[in-house]
Amino acid sequence: MTARRRPGPPVLDVDALLDDRGTEIIVCCGSGGVGKTTTSAALALRAAERGRKVVVLTIDPARRLAQSMGIEQLDNTPRPVTGVDPAAGGSLDAMMLDMKRTFDEVVEGQASPEKAKQILENPFYIALSSSFAGTQEYMAMEKLGQLHREALTDGTYDLIVVDTPPSRSALDFLDAPERLSSFLDGRLIRLLVAPARGPARLMTAGLSVVTSALGKILGGQMLRDVQTFVTALDTLFGSFRQRAEKTFALLQADGTAFVVVAAPEPDALREAAYFVDRLTDDDMPLAGLVVNRASPPARTDLSAEAAITAAERLRAGDSSSLTAGLLQLHADRVRIVEREQHLRERFAASHPQVPSAVAAAMASDVHDLEGLRAIGTSLAEQR
Amino acid sequence: MPPRYARHVSAHPDRTVDWPQVRLHVVTGKGGTGKSTVAAALALALASSGRNVLLCEVEGRQGIARMFDTDPLPYEERRITKGAPDQDGRAGQVHALHIDPESALLEYLAMYYKLGRAGKALDRFGVIDFATTVAPGVRDVLLTGKVYEAVQRPRASGRGREAITYDAVVLDAPPTGRISQFLGVNSEVAGLAKVGPIKTQADKVMALLRSAHTAVHLVTILEEMPVQETSDGIAELRSAGLPVGGVVVNLVRPQALGASALAQVHDDEVDPTAVASDLKRAQVDVDQALVTSLLDEARDHAVRRRLEDEQRDLVATEGVPIYELPRLAGGIDHGALVELAQLLRRQGMA
Repeated sequence: MTARRRPGPPVLDVDALLDDRGTEIIVCCGSGGVGKTTTSAALALRAAERGRKVVVLTIDPARRLAQSMGIEQLDNTPRPVTGVDPAAGGSLDAMMLDMKRTFDEVVEGQASPEKAKQILENPFYIALSSSFAGTQEYMAMEKLGQLHREALTDGTYDLIVVDTPPSRSALDFLDAPERLSSFLDGRLIRLLVAPARGPARLMTAGLSVVTSALGKILGGQMLRDVQTFVTALDTLFGSFRQRAEKTFALLQADGTAFVVVAAPEPDALREAAYFVDRLTDDDMPLAGLVVNRASPPARTDLSAEAAITAAERLRAGDSSSLTAGLLQLHADRVRIVEREQHLRERFAASHPQVPSAVAAAMASDVHDLEGLRAIGTSLAEQR
Repeated sequence: MPPRYARHVSAHPDRTVDWPQVRLHVVTGKGGTGKSTVAAALALALASSGRNVLLCEVEGRQGIARMFDTDPLPYEERRITKGAPDQDGRAGQVHALHIDPESALLEYLAMYYKLGRAGKALDRFGVIDFATTVAPGVRDVLLTGKVYEAVQRPRASGRGREAITYDAVVLDAPPTGRISQFLGVNSEVAGLAKVGPIKTQADKVMALLRSAHTAVHLVTILEEMPVQETSDGIAELRSAGLPVGGVVVNLVRPQALGASALAQVHDDEVDPTAVASDLKRAQVDVDQALVTSLLDEARDHAVRRRLEDEQRDLVATEGVPIYELPRLAGGIDHGALVELAQLLRRQGMA
């Protein structure tokens, strides 16, 4: 397989992407545990040190990484990161998303103070804004929209890098705005609002079956909370849908680049493949694939089989042979690298048009700018 | 805290297991730690000596079907494989169930309300969608509710075609970051819905989850972030009154070098000429570059092993049983799962 050198898959040119002033938004997505947050931070830092005015929006950074970027408090405001090299004229701000706060701000920005208060105090709203599985996704996109509008008007930033929430599936954040807004717009809402409004013109037999079933499932009191909530929110429905549509359009725009992040594992790459397909179907601008945490290649081309055979020979004479241990470790490393290589090739074979870049696994976790810089360099220097 | 996890005697007098009373094993872990693999291996490990085990997934990934190389699972319990054999070679059966909230809701409605046409009307009005995606926490109640049903199912009376009863249920649960919310969401919903069937259901599920029949196991790898998250997760579970089980340390690097060899490699104290003559003796075509490369690779490994040891010490401070599973260079297939299951049995997890 290695004898014939096939032309490899296209390489993702990270620096070209970051340097292109046309790139205004980079969205990093992928399944959980693949290093999305670290990748977003590393790309943001590299862009800043190459002269861009960058803000990175993170969702749930590891504590020490957050500390080193100065964003350990969750206050929804971008703060300058210290230690960034300003020589190229760039800058880096970072913020951590507070989803409830963002939701509250949307409500406060859209409703009269009186109505906003009514909504914010509703038990159903409180539960929805802090625990709905899609709220985080929706609010991440909402915050992205806000930052982008601000960036356009006052020119604070020319690049926004977004990390996406650790969703059940990597696709959730594309669907969440649509799902929430279609709920807020949908027939069910009308149905729930109808009795509270009085006129029973909508109350056909079918509807009463539905409300009574809902009452049975949720309990009358929760149903009333929901009704109060949607009635109060009624005037905002239009704006919720509009916002969701705007965000979707923003994601489709030329200035946006999606970077799909994966680890060289079957599940993570399968999820990445789904994501790539989905982005393509939705006409979202895909920049490429980043494969994180790749095992470092072996340093010699001794094959795994030869190493194992030799280790067995040595162990036959001395069961605790150190050299046998060295050979066994080498064999293990070769096998893992081959397996990862195979997984990447399989991805490339089914997605030959997707450029990719590989970042080698670091010996320890990354929790400072130096570590982020090392990842950025490793991503940019693909051969 | 008293050592709740004193080992108990199992059916075989020479074997002790750590969780004899537990009927619901919840397996969580940070993304990328191999939590689904561990859940499957645990199900295989528990399914020995003729015992029936149900392995459930709730995240719509069809990971079980992939691991066991079967067609995607429907919302229906399916026998998927035999478990790991015991000393006498007796295995049990592993069944699998893919729980999706829509099906769970329709089943729940059919069971309690005999909703025929109304069920369809609910769907038409987006109620099913509302209840399973937007209504806070309802989705999670539906998922855990189905698991509850499988755990508490009454023993078959022996007549007719009845649902199988299980000796243990393994739940491949959402990741550590969401686990307390997922399990504890029942109390959250119970708080939101002060009366009504959802509240009753949530209370019943919560009682099982908080009982000695449940254990929440956490899967980690020996890296800083997952270990930190495991420790946070344990604290969170405890403060939510949920029973913490063991920690499964997964993907442990090969232990091909003992402690002293590792130290020698790490500190660059290995004599390269001795290695070269060993290699020659083993009929390897040796040159100096090969020796240097092997030693460099081993040093990379030693550095990582040290970091792993630091993290292992941290895991040990949690005061819960710890199980270790190796990183298998060939990846995970059915054979690998059986191998991991046997390792869990040997360590007393099952």
